[in-house]
Amino acid sequence: MPAAEIRHLTHLQRLEAESIQILREVVAETGNPVMLYSAGKDSACMLHLAKKAFWPAPPPFPLLHIDTTWKFSAMYEARDKAAKDAGVELLVHRNPDAVERGINPFDHGTLHTDLWKTEGLRQALDKFGFDVAFGGARRDEEKSRAKERIFSFRAANHRWDPRNQRPELWKLYNVRKAKDQSIRVFPLSNWTELDVWEYIQLEGIEVVPLYFAALRPVVERNGLTIVIDDDRFPLGPGELPEMKSVRFRTLGCYPLTGAVDSEATTVPQVIQEMLTATTSERQGRAIDREGGASMETKKQVGYF
Amino acid sequence: MEGAGGHPKGADATEINASLERHRSDTMLRFLTCGSVDDGKSTLIGRLLFDSKAILADQLASLEHDSQSMGTQGGALDFALLTDGLAAEREQGITIDVAYRFFSTDRRKFIVADTPGHEQYTRNMVTGASTADLAAILVDARKGILTQTRRHSFLVNLLGIRNVVLAVNKMDLVGYSAERFSEIVAEYSRFAKEIDIKAVQAIPISALKGDNLVSSSPHTPWYDGPTLLSYLEGVPSNESRLQDSPFRMAVQWVNRPHPDFRGFTGQIASGHVKPGDPVQILPSGRHTTVKEIPSFDGPQSTAIAGQSVTLTFEDEVDCARGDLITAANAPIEVANQFSATLVWMSEDAMLSGRPYLMKIGTRTVMATVTDLRYELNVNTLEHLASKTLSLNAIGLVNISTDRPIPFEAYADNPDLGGFILIDVATDSTVAAGMIRFALRRARNIHWQALDIGREAHAALKNQKPAVVWFTGLSGAGKSTIANLVEKKLYAMGKHTFLLDGDNVRQGLNRDLGFTAASRVENIRRVGEVAKLMTDAGLIVLTAFISPFRSERQMVRELIGAEEFFEVFVCTPLEVAEARDVKGLYKKARAGQIENFTGIDSPYEVPVSPELIIDTVNLTAEEAADQIVAMLLG
Repeated sequence: MPAAEIRHLTHLQRLEAESIQILREVVAETGNPVMLYSAGKDSACMLHLAKKAFWPAPPPFPLLHIDTTWKFSAMYEARDKAAKDAGVELLVHRNPDAVERGINPFDHGTLHTDLWKTEGLRQALDKFGFDVAFGGARRDEEKSRAKERIFSFRAANHRWDPRNQRPELWKLYNVRKAKDQSIRVFPLSNWTELDVWEYIQLEGIEVVPLYFAALRPVVERNGLTIVIDDDRFPLGPGELPEMKSVRFRTLGCYPLTGAVDSEATTVPQVIQEMLTATTSERQGRAIDREGGASMETKKQVGYF
Repeated sequence: MEGAGGHPKGADATEINASLERHRSDTMLRFLTCGSVDDGKSTLIGRLLFDSKAILADQLASLEHDSQSMGTQGGALDFALLTDGLAAEREQGITIDVAYRFFSTDRRKFIVADTPGHEQYTRNMVTGASTADLAAILVDARKGILTQTRRHSFLVNLLGIRNVVLAVNKMDLVGYSAERFSEIVAEYSRFAKEIDIKAVQAIPISALKGDNLVSSSPHTPWYDGPTLLSYLEGVPSNESRLQDSPFRMAVQWVNRPHPDFRGFTGQIASGHVKPGDPVQILPSGRHTTVKEIPSFDGPQSTAIAGQSVTLTFEDEVDCARGDLITAANAPIEVANQFSATLVWMSEDAMLSGRPYLMKIGTRTVMATVTDLRYELNVNTLEHLASKTLSLNAIGLVNISTDRPIPFEAYADNPDLGGFILIDVATDSTVAAGMIRFALRRARNIHWQALDIGREAHAALKNQKPAVVWFTGLSGAGKSTIANLVEKKLYAMGKHTFLLDGDNVRQGLNRDLGFTAASRVENIRRVGEVAKLMTDAGLIVLTAFISPFRSERQMVRELIGAEEFFEVFVCTPLEVAEARDVKGLYKKARAGQIENFTGIDSPYEVPVSPELIIDTVNLTAEEAADQIVAMLLG
């Protein structure tokens, strides 16, 4: 495009430029960053931005997957491929305590999230000595996230104190911290679900096929449509999986993530569906349904 | 929803594609809402989200549930509960911290910062304002302009937000009175003029009932202006003026994946750049040409303000994080002393003289507040004499940095004039600052890169450059000893120069008197001259009373501790006065000379000089030998 024609940046260009600035600032100013990678669409988007930010060099940090062992198998495949394509090291951490105790989403309730994810993350950051962790969280996802800074400081024990956040002015991020503190950085803070999908479409970013409709074996349980991803799923009396055309708006542990009825098999169709959807993306997340400020509580003890 | 955006239900594929196409070219507007507590900020935002269909069914269900149990609207939807997401906020029914919310219409996408109204959270309000293109200032139609309205308007203006909406809220509670609206607008206009807000769009609204938010209200037939949303959709963002300024980009990170590629990354602060453009790198002053704008998506033909890019240069120039790349034909001012506005954000009060870290663009330097000119009473706009700034105070200061910084006034470019101060001990961000202008008039002066540097000069002379700074009372023997030292060095083949107080005052500094201010300037100039001479590779000897510690410290920092030797020529006042070589003490005692050091002006003894010369027990010859030994030893 000739110089004279570009007069302003579009919404997505501004978001992209902001995210790249954040990614570079962390690499320029901190010691040992890592990017948390869960293989979802936000992770995919964030990794793509990192490729752009540091091109022609590969992103100068590893990816870290805090694995619960209960993700969809397609997510593990997508994760490995994405890391390989980006030319970055992939680290996987599974909380050994949770492995040993066989923690699972059926028998252990909230302990499942607490041990695999919150505790697992804390263990991994401490083990590898990462002082900064990128995460793909967005402010539009949840009320307490809307209050969180882009650079979110955690005390020595990984706690978040929402009433004592550093003022964040302009694009001047103060990344100085005490030795035992760590920082969570959210380059997608100002993106919405729709922005992410439009960016995926625009940039041709590869995402897990689970976001697109296909015939999958499902059961209805606790108001959620659960896809039976492997034979570890205990069927209740009278429960019989049926084949339905479904897809996911958000991805987590498969027994805790609800699918939606859908015929959308392409990104534009997914966007079309989203534009007419009447529920939010996180409605399909069982862990969000635990009272008004539950995410805030989880975050205070170190949940992402 | 008619005309208000959102997306039509059951739209077909062509419509969706058209909508997608539109969204790709959508511009973004960031704005903040501000105003006094209970003026209805959260309600307004909740309403905008609701009316633009940004609130979905499950969120609405949870809002309904919360409104029943916690709401203040008698069971009706309490939109404030949408944005006040922290437990403490919901308990107290107030907004503590900035929340960022998102909504979009067919014409634009919006990021809105919901900022707290309480005075004690001024820093959070400033945080929200720092990234906003526009401010919507809410006023309760019943209460009119309040202290917080003034306060927030002032802050908004201070932060350089040029688009201001005066949203006169709760019009339903004053019977949609046109008179009441005009009254408030008139009062606000007077105030806006006083603080130099250029343009204000006033809109009568009811956030609760939805009047004039997305559609024109039937209750205000007397109002023919835009609705709030249509105004927000149409207002230009701040970007365009930055596109028209000269090219500037701070280097954020140098990309060196292999020896054949050196890319300089950063976010363009202003202007355009394209391959072939001549640029200058500051502070080194080197010139080069942009070779390419390589990117993941292939080489770019041009890049504009706001984009995060990578540049390569035609030449192998020295360029690192913190440097500024600027259009070669539009040099930028470089200075180390500034007049600036500070918003203090810490419980620990500001201390003049204490070094803080200053982050400006991608550079971090040490900075000291040298003078608190005044504290501003934001409510009355009065200038208050003050020794310090406490939490949420705003002050006008002189600030000095340990290195020169390329900059622009904050009002011209926030990226190049906005800074934060960081406490060295606690690592916390203690202030937001905005540069107004440089104190030392260095306008249009930029550093010229020279190929023969100080090392080259010194190497040719086969010596280490140094400054030997003699200090002591008048008649202590500074000039005599310095003269002997120079003779000895000269005899050894060293290249030297002696700057003597009396001699300098006959030429370079003949315009200066002997007041404290003149003495400071006298020493500053001598320090600069001595620095130039060390750049030329010389060993410089200076003989000045230089009575104040702070100035000697200033020169020490200017020259660099390794090359600066402070020599205290220690002679008691009675001895110096008895010698009275120039007959000055006699005149001073007779009242014929004012501000004479030791008589009616103080001498601050050096705390840790490199050398103390006791002239009572040493001859000048012995003293000179000691100094030469120190220098060459």
